[in-house]
Amino acid sequence: MAKQLVVQTVNLTKNYDKTTVVDRLNLRIEEGDIFGFLGPNGAGKTTTILMLLGLTEPTSGTAHIYGYNSTREPLKVKRITGYVPERVGFYDDLTASYNLAYTARLNGLPEELVIKRVGESLDIVGLSPVAEQRVGEFSRGMKQRLAIADILVKTPKVAILDEPTSGIDPEGIVQMLDMIAEIAKERNMTIIMCSHQLYQVQRICNRVGMLVNGKLVIEGLLDQLGREALGGGRVRIEIKLAKTTSKLVDCVKRIKGVVSVERSGDLLLITCQDDLRAKIAKAIVDANGLLIEMKIQKYALEDIYRKYFREA
Amino acid sequence: MQGMMTVFYKELADHFNSWRGIILFITVLLVSIFATIGPSGALENIRAQLETPVQYGAGQYAFLYLFTTSGEDLPSFLWFITRFLVPIVGIVLGLDAINGEKNSGTLSRLLAQPIYRDAVINGKFLAGVVTIAIMLTTTILIISAIGFNVLGIAPSSEEIARLLLFWGTSILYGAFWLGLAMLFSVYFRPVATSAISSLGIWMFFSFFMSMAARLTANMLAPMSQTPTTPELLKNVGVQITASRFSPIMLFGEASTVLLAPGERTAAEMLQLYHASGARWMPGPLTLGQTLLTIWPHLATIGGLTALLFAISYIRFMREEIRST
Repeated sequence: MAKQLVVQTVNLTKNYDKTTVVDRLNLRIEEGDIFGFLGPNGAGKTTTILMLLGLTEPTSGTAHIYGYNSTREPLKVKRITGYVPERVGFYDDLTASYNLAYTARLNGLPEELVIKRVGESLDIVGLSPVAEQRVGEFSRGMKQRLAIADILVKTPKVAILDEPTSGIDPEGIVQMLDMIAEIAKERNMTIIMCSHQLYQVQRICNRVGMLVNGKLVIEGLLDQLGREALGGGRVRIEIKLAKTTSKLVDCVKRIKGVVSVERSGDLLLITCQDDLRAKIAKAIVDANGLLIEMKIQKYALEDIYRKYFREA
Repeated sequence: MQGMMTVFYKELADHFNSWRGIILFITVLLVSIFATIGPSGALENIRAQLETPVQYGAGQYAFLYLFTTSGEDLPSFLWFITRFLVPIVGIVLGLDAINGEKNSGTLSRLLAQPIYRDAVINGKFLAGVVTIAIMLTTTILIISAIGFNVLGIAPSSEEIARLLLFWGTSILYGAFWLGLAMLFSVYFRPVATSAISSLGIWMFFSFFMSMAARLTANMLAPMSQTPTTPELLKNVGVQITASRFSPIMLFGEASTVLLAPGERTAAEMLQLYHASGARWMPGPLTLGQTLLTIWPHLATIGGLTALLFAISYIRFMREEIRST
C-alpha cells in the first residue's frame, strides 16, 4: 500500500520582480520521511517552505500539505505543521515556558493542557532547569533546542526545520540531529529539514531533494541517488583476497548480475547491477579462495552534491 | 477571535511587565500629579478661584478646575495630556509593534501558528488602546481623589459626565497616536526609523503647527498695518482652520470645551460671532451644546485613527513574508 502523501507541490513557481526563485517545483514527500532539503544559499529553499505554509503566495502552481491547499486553507495547514524558521527568535524578555505557552495558546490548547504540554516539551529537549529563565539569557544552541520544544508543544504531523543547526557547536549539532531523528520516529512525524550541511542531512535523512536555482535537480532515496548519480545505477564492490588467481576472477565474472571485474594486484574491483556481496563471497569461498576484505563503495552525498552543483 | 485574544492578553501583559511600560506609567502618573498638586501652586490657584465670586456660573464646575488649572511655573494637567503624555504613550506603545517582531525573528514563527494574520495587528492595537485607557483611568481617578481629599469638593453629576466624555476622547486621541506609530512600524524595518518618524510628526504638530497656521493665515488673508475687524476675523478664521489639521489642536479644543465650559476658545468665539453676531456669550455651555460643539472634532480624530489603522492593516495583510 502506498504511503500517504504529506507534501505535494505541482509546478510550484515563485517570481520576485521577474527573477524566478522557485521554478516549476514538483515535490512529493511521504508520511514518515525525514526529507533533507538541500541546496546552496539562495536556491529557493526558504521561499518554497514559506509557500508550503501559506505565508507567501505562489506566482503559479499549487502546494498541498495532507491534502490542504496551502494558499487557500492556510489555517488548516498551519494547524498540522510546525515550523522553525532560520534564525528563529523568541521574546527575549519572557521566560522559556512563557514563550512556549504563548505558542500553545495560539494553537487553541485548553489552559490545563498548556502547562502540561510546555513542561513535557521542555523536558524532552533538556531545558526544564532553565524553564523560568528569560530567553534573552539563552545561548544560540539553547534557543535552537527551545525551537524544537516549540514544535513539540504543537504536536504537529509535519515539522519543517529551516537550518535547525546553524550556529551550534559540532557536538551540539550531533545531539540536535539525533534528537530530531528520535522525535520523528517516536511520534511518527514527517520532517522536512532544510540545510546546506551535507553531513547533517546524510546523518538523519532517508530522502533528499536538491534545489539549485529554484529547480529540483535530484530527488529520491539517499542510497539509490548515489548509485544513479555516480555509478550509472550500478554498485561497485571492492574485495581483497589473500591470493588472486585468474580462476577466482572467472568465477566471480560468472555470477549473474556482475558487469565487469577489474584486477589490480590482490584487489578486485567489481561492478554489478545490485548489491551482490553475499553471492560473491560464497562464490569465492566455494572456489577455495581466501577472502580478506570486502567493501561496498558508498556514495557520499558530497559527491552527488558536487556533481549536480557543477552541472547547474 | 481566539487568536486575537491570545495576542491581546500577551501584549497587554507585556505593556505592564516590561520596563518600558512601567517607566511610561510612572512618568504619566508623576507628571499628572505634579501638575495638579505639585509645588507649582496649581492648588493655590484653584483655592483662589473657588473663593472669588461666581462669574457667569463658572464656579459650578469647580471640580473640573483640578484638571485645567495651571500653576506658577507648570502648565495644567490638560496641557500635559494634550501635548505630551497621550501622544508619547501612544507612540511608545506602538513604535515597534510589527517591526520589532520582524527584527527579533518572532513574526514568522507567530504567523506559522494557526491564527489569521489580522489577529496579530488587531490584538496589538487593542492591547495598546486598553493600556492607554488603564493609564488614563488611573490618572484621572488619582487626581479626583486628590480633589476630594485636599480641596474637599465633590463632582456634580454633570462634571462626572464631562469627565467620562473627556476620558473617552483622550482614549480616542491616544488611539490616534498609537495608530500612527503602528503605521510606521509596518512600513519601516528599523525601529529607530519608525520611532523617529512618529516623533517627528508629533514634534511638528506640537511645536510648529501654530507657526505654520499663522504663516498660512498671513498668506491667505493678509492684514494691513491697522487691521479692520473683517480683516482680523478672516485672518483668525484661516488660522484656526489651518491649525485644525493638527490632531493636537482638535483634541485641545474638544477637551477645553469639555473640561472648561465657562471658558471660550478663540474658535468658539468666532463661531458665536458668526452665528449670532454676539461678541461674548455669557454663561457656560450646557452639556448638550458642548457635545454639539465637539462632535466634529471627535469625528475627525476617530476618522483619522480609523484611516491610519486601515492603512497599516492593509499593508500588513498584503505584505509578503520574505526569506530574509
